[in-house]
Amino acid sequence: MSNKLQATEEQLAYAKLLDLGMKVGLLMLVVTFFIYVFGIFTPHIPVNELPNYWKLPVKEYLKAADIHTGWSWVSKVGEGDFLNFIPIVFLAGVTILCYIRIIPILFRKKDTIYAFIAIIEVLVLVLAASGVLKSGGH
Amino acid sequence: MSKKHLKFLFFAVIVFAVFLVSSSVFASSDAAAPVLPVEGGSSMPWWAWPFILFIVTFLMGIVAVLGGVGGGVLFVPIIGGFFPFHIDFVRGAGLLVALAGALAAGPGLLKKGMADLRLAIPVAVIASSCAIVGAMIGLALPANIVNIALGGTILGIVLIMAIAKKSEYPEVKQADNLSTALRISGIYHEVSTGQDINWKIHRTPQGLATFIIIGVMAGMFGLGAGWANVPVLNLMMGAPLKVSVATSKFLLSITDTSAAWIYVNNGAVLPMMVAPSIIGIMLGSIVGVRILAKTKPAAIRYIVIFMLLFAGTRALLKGLGIWN
Repeated sequence: MSNKLQATEEQLAYAKLLDLGMKVGLLMLVVTFFIYVFGIFTPHIPVNELPNYWKLPVKEYLKAADIHTGWSWVSKVGEGDFLNFIPIVFLAGVTILCYIRIIPILFRKKDTIYAFIAIIEVLVLVLAASGVLKSGGH
Repeated sequence: MSKKHLKFLFFAVIVFAVFLVSSSVFASSDAAAPVLPVEGGSSMPWWAWPFILFIVTFLMGIVAVLGGVGGGVLFVPIIGGFFPFHIDFVRGAGLLVALAGALAAGPGLLKKGMADLRLAIPVAVIASSCAIVGAMIGLALPANIVNIALGGTILGIVLIMAIAKKSEYPEVKQADNLSTALRISGIYHEVSTGQDINWKIHRTPQGLATFIIIGVMAGMFGLGAGWANVPVLNLMMGAPLKVSVATSKFLLSITDTSAAWIYVNNGAVLPMMVAPSIIGIMLGSIVGVRILAKTKPAAIRYIVIFMLLFAGTRALLKGLGIWN
């Protein structure tokens, strides 16, 4: 039986962290959504007003609700709706953590090409997460 | 699925539904955002749409598993076509739904060796970079253009699903230079036959180039991209079908991550849409997987094709202003 029948060390390390991150993220999502809909923290947009907002294009919605783009939600995390951004960005960030986890393993195995591709992937995802890239709007 | 598990899932769905409905009593109406005047408001209470969204995504989760498609490809055209949410928010939620599904499936597929990290990593760096570009283009385009392009894409997907052949073990006579240099090959254990299947790939440069287009489309429409990943990995690059399906599913967790960040950072994410959708589709998928273990009704695939045909036509006509 070939060694390749077994998942590689980096593949298992990636899977283990992904599994943990996914479970933590989904649990957080349920908890923060519970807090939101039960009004435990006052939301930025009243829930009964949401139908007036969710039909708008995103640019109009941001203007109407006085919301700024990028990481500005962090300053509003005490509001019920923005609290939900914690699990959402956590779920969107798990992959970055998984890649960071496997880079040292790839270097240790002298798999330099893949280590560099993994570094490029981390840079791409960090760039996307940074909020630097803005859409032109319509 | 045991009766105990079914009862628990049924209980979870009921609890979540009651939880959404009862929240109308407890939810705070105080808020920091300015209050918009209601224009042509629906007579339905605010919680009705998230509640319906939860039920529909729960059913969608079951159908998606049985029909062999990702949740995202059903989510965007159906929710975008028949719900009052703007297409910008639908695409943001669609990406997060596809991402959550991929994150949930990824660990198991990687541990079993079905999804292959060596195959996924080079593909992912291209697809995820291009998904960023796609997301930025998608958010910059007017809704009618997005709907027309989305409708056309969905109808194209229907065509692919209807006519594309699949190859369980494609014949790859010789691995190409690039895949050899990257050492992309493997062995997986086929449980049904008890055989260890050796696999390698070819046409790697062409395959990687195709992922430029797939990445852009995934980001632009928030669809996920399993419908395109699988034929390229399987038919073009020659990976066995099971490896292609598993690697494609895992790949979505990377491609959709980059596009999801663009939607999050540009404000196109509404928690009141995202949370019920993710929870609904995940619960539905669990039920779907359990049903799939016992039976696979062939008719479901035709139902999925019909649903996509209908939703794609709806998006196209909506974009053209014929059916608003």
